[in-house]
Amino acid sequence: MFEKGGTKMNRKNKVRNFHQAKWDEPVIFELSNKGERGILFPEIEKEIEMDIGDGISNLPKNMVREQPPNLPELSQMQVLKHYLRLSQQTLGADLNVDIGQGTCTMKYSPKINEKLATSSKFTELHPSQDETTVQGILEIIYKLDLFLREISGLDKFTFQPSGGSQAIFAIASIIHAHHEASGESEKRDEIITTMFSHPSDAAAPIVKGYKIINIYPNEDGLPAVEALEKAVSNRTAGLLITNPEDTGIFNPKIREFTRIVHEIGGVCGYDQANANGILGITRAKEAGFDLCFFNLHKTFSSPHGCGGPAAGALGVTEEFIKYLPTPLVEFDESKYFFNYDVPRSIGKVRAFYGVVPAILKAYSWIMSLGSKGLREVSEIAVLNNNYLLKKVLELRGASAPYAEGRHRIEQVRYSWDELYRETGVTTEDITCRMVDFGFHMWSSHHPFIVPQPFTLEPTESYSKAEIDEYIAGLKKVVEEAYENPEIVKTAPHRSVVHKIDVDSLDDPTRWAITWRAYLKKSKK
Amino acid sequence: MDKQKKIVHPYIPNSVPEIKQQMLEEIGISDINTLYEDIPEDLRFTGEMNLPDPLISEYALKRHVDQILSKNQTCQENLSFLGGDCWQHYVPAICDEINQRSEFLTAYAGEPYEDHGRFQTLFEYASMMGELLDMDVVNVPTYDWGQAASTSIRMAARITRRTEVLVAESISPDRLLIIRNYCKPIIKIELVKYDKKTGKLDIDDLKAKISSNTAGIYFENPSYHGCIEDQGKIISDIAHTHGALSLIGVDPISLGILIPPSNYGADIVSGDIQGLGMHMQYGGSLAGFIATRDEERFVMEYPSRLFGITTTAVEGEHGFGDVTYDRTSFHDRIEGKEFIGTAAALWGITAGVYLALVGPQGIQELGKLIMQKSQYAMKKLSEIEGVSIPFYASSHFKEFVVDFSTSSKMVKEVNKALLEEGIFGGKDISKEFPELGNCAVYCITEIHTKEDIDRLVHAVDECLKKEEPK
Repeated sequence: MFEKGGTKMNRKNKVRNFHQAKWDEPVIFELSNKGERGILFPEIEKEIEMDIGDGISNLPKNMVREQPPNLPELSQMQVLKHYLRLSQQTLGADLNVDIGQGTCTMKYSPKINEKLATSSKFTELHPSQDETTVQGILEIIYKLDLFLREISGLDKFTFQPSGGSQAIFAIASIIHAHHEASGESEKRDEIITTMFSHPSDAAAPIVKGYKIINIYPNEDGLPAVEALEKAVSNRTAGLLITNPEDTGIFNPKIREFTRIVHEIGGVCGYDQANANGILGITRAKEAGFDLCFFNLHKTFSSPHGCGGPAAGALGVTEEFIKYLPTPLVEFDESKYFFNYDVPRSIGKVRAFYGVVPAILKAYSWIMSLGSKGLREVSEIAVLNNNYLLKKVLELRGASAPYAEGRHRIEQVRYSWDELYRETGVTTEDITCRMVDFGFHMWSSHHPFIVPQPFTLEPTESYSKAEIDEYIAGLKKVVEEAYENPEIVKTAPHRSVVHKIDVDSLDDPTRWAITWRAYLKKSKK
Repeated sequence: MDKQKKIVHPYIPNSVPEIKQQMLEEIGISDINTLYEDIPEDLRFTGEMNLPDPLISEYALKRHVDQILSKNQTCQENLSFLGGDCWQHYVPAICDEINQRSEFLTAYAGEPYEDHGRFQTLFEYASMMGELLDMDVVNVPTYDWGQAASTSIRMAARITRRTEVLVAESISPDRLLIIRNYCKPIIKIELVKYDKKTGKLDIDDLKAKISSNTAGIYFENPSYHGCIEDQGKIISDIAHTHGALSLIGVDPISLGILIPPSNYGADIVSGDIQGLGMHMQYGGSLAGFIATRDEERFVMEYPSRLFGITTTAVEGEHGFGDVTYDRTSFHDRIEGKEFIGTAAALWGITAGVYLALVGPQGIQELGKLIMQKSQYAMKKLSEIEGVSIPFYASSHFKEFVVDFSTSSKMVKEVNKALLEEGIFGGKDISKEFPELGNCAVYCITEIHTKEDIDRLVHAVDECLKKEEPK
């Protein structure tokens, strides 16, 4: 049954005869039955009731809600069943070969880490408890800081930002505070970034009042040193850049970039959202960055949770520690404690200390791998990506713009432009058809400068057999696009739902963001 | 360490040497290092990261982390009265069951076709929050209340095209820090005083400070001190008279018994859903909501994802999707509203489960329970010599301030004595609100029994009676 070193699936077709669970599940309000109860709370003690009364009559009359909110009424098992059915209609990364969500580092989130993070020794901690009662969790926060210092070469980390974008905003805030300290914050009002860095590298600094200079890629896919030289001036506050960018191409001149920006007095921030291929290989420090951040929910395995909770671990060099949000977690050789004495702190970006469950899971993940293991993670992620690259380029109509013939780091932004021109089938059509074979596939976020883009990132978690299966799926869709494009254009056929009317979602008279809005609008 | 090299780590399937070799051959190279050809030598990290030796067996890892966590003392093992932006409410078992489902836990950014369930659950979450808040638009959750309040302020500034915002001084100090950083240097924040007797907003101060430059007035109900603000309508009217918006933060769990802010003039409502089915997780489970009326001028200013219900090619089938995706920074990094990224969706799904479980009766009963228990605790504590309750005459929800100024003990000392009895006393706010004196905020929820409260009262009484060993 087992071919030597080859695939082991005992069926001819590698593409699954998949069909997603379809429960035709109503919206929860449609399941409501008056009087049903999902949970009961403790009864009030007689003595309290005698002493206090109903607790409501002494409220100001204008504040009392007379009619209870119109929440649905369901018994407990019915609530459970509803949500279990909806969960089955969601294709989590635990189920599919989720390499189609490029830029997002979909990797295995180990179950042991979930188990540890649901221990009551952690979940039942209040963030304002006395420091002596939380030495365990502070130790984990502090040690993860030490680990990330090793991985980045920088000098101190905060975990307050609750996602990559919030970390970028915090970086923009630190850059602002830095220039404010020298009285230059008004003059220095520009942030430079590149088009293939994450959209938030531009969007978040704008919230901080910065103007953005976007550097477009050259033919080789990289931002040119000359373009940067043109962009910098005495108005430059800083640089925010990803490397490798979303193309998976590593910018070998990155140290040139940080040097040029430093020379005119700017600050360099490194968006390490794409760090999965370079752990232990190359670091923020050697590239000359002052600030950097990692996504604990990407590179460090904390799960994505349908879009969060997440965590952006923000690291700085010694010079920038004084701007970090408070408090910092420190260790005095006998106990862990909070340090609020941060002279030029930007204040806070999130309540308390950040998304602590993600910190705990990242700590546990690194503890399971160690230094060599982290390097192995990166090497295999890069191996997988280049193997996939080879296979994708064998498919008719696919291309990988820029850097032809070069190897890539951990992901590639491909293009289906040729296929589109030859068949009329778009990337979106392909993503819909991939659903029919049990795969998630994503196209791109801004910028849309690669025509018909699709971005694949096969992290270390996927086996060769799974990558082969993914390729087989893509191959089948490509064949269909040339032979029977209609089946692709009308996909999905085996999903939970059929083609969605998206026009109403942009029409103020028809969009409905809640059930009550839907009821009002559908009556009209 | 060489021994470790031979191990195929369970998280890295293609570490198997034969497979690795096969893939290298397929790529046409012999050494994995070739793949890093674009990284110049001088950028290569040649050292060894100084990390602990890995705990490669799952058992060793579990034992190690459990051992560290065992150094914590939890609110389950002790009796806690801590609140202030993170609250200990009961978490129904089904909330945990659903948010631990692999499908929800590990999904991310799928399209409505393969993630129909994710879209529906988040639409339902927004819909149930909409009922609680009596508003028609609610976002997919953002990071926390601080972010939600900050964004509501930025939305108000864009809508009114003004750059000054008034903020009630009685809000959470941490939230104020978040707001200040989020608004700096674009929006000027000015604080409006609160009445030191009632804890409510000082209307005269509001009138003195509001102007035609004011984009909005932001206040919270209940306040950080737990006081119920019953002048909401007056405040909103003043805002509206000046062309400003009424921005209100609210504890959603209070809305079974208290009227929602939309009923007293709120234009944008924000708050945190942590209390709706999330364990405290050391403050790591917060998530913020932003709610408005269904008007284009509000909807188009949201930076968040908004999921809507729609039709499909099949008659009668519900479909879901992004409403006005083009306003987000995912669509346009320059023109998009603020920024969007991974935030707190799973907690939104969980809060939906919670609201579906409690239903209309449950949310009312819960609110009533919290009112009764907190009033009982306030009354009993106020009877202790050396203790006073600063805003006693005002109505409170869940939290209240306890003042030890007339005793000989500082809050810190009281809390130390309580800790010895296995009690986590209220949050010390004597530094954050020095004008109130030697104070702490106490929090009472449905989880506290009469016995728990009596135990606290007894312990405080004993502590204050003890002679100062100075």
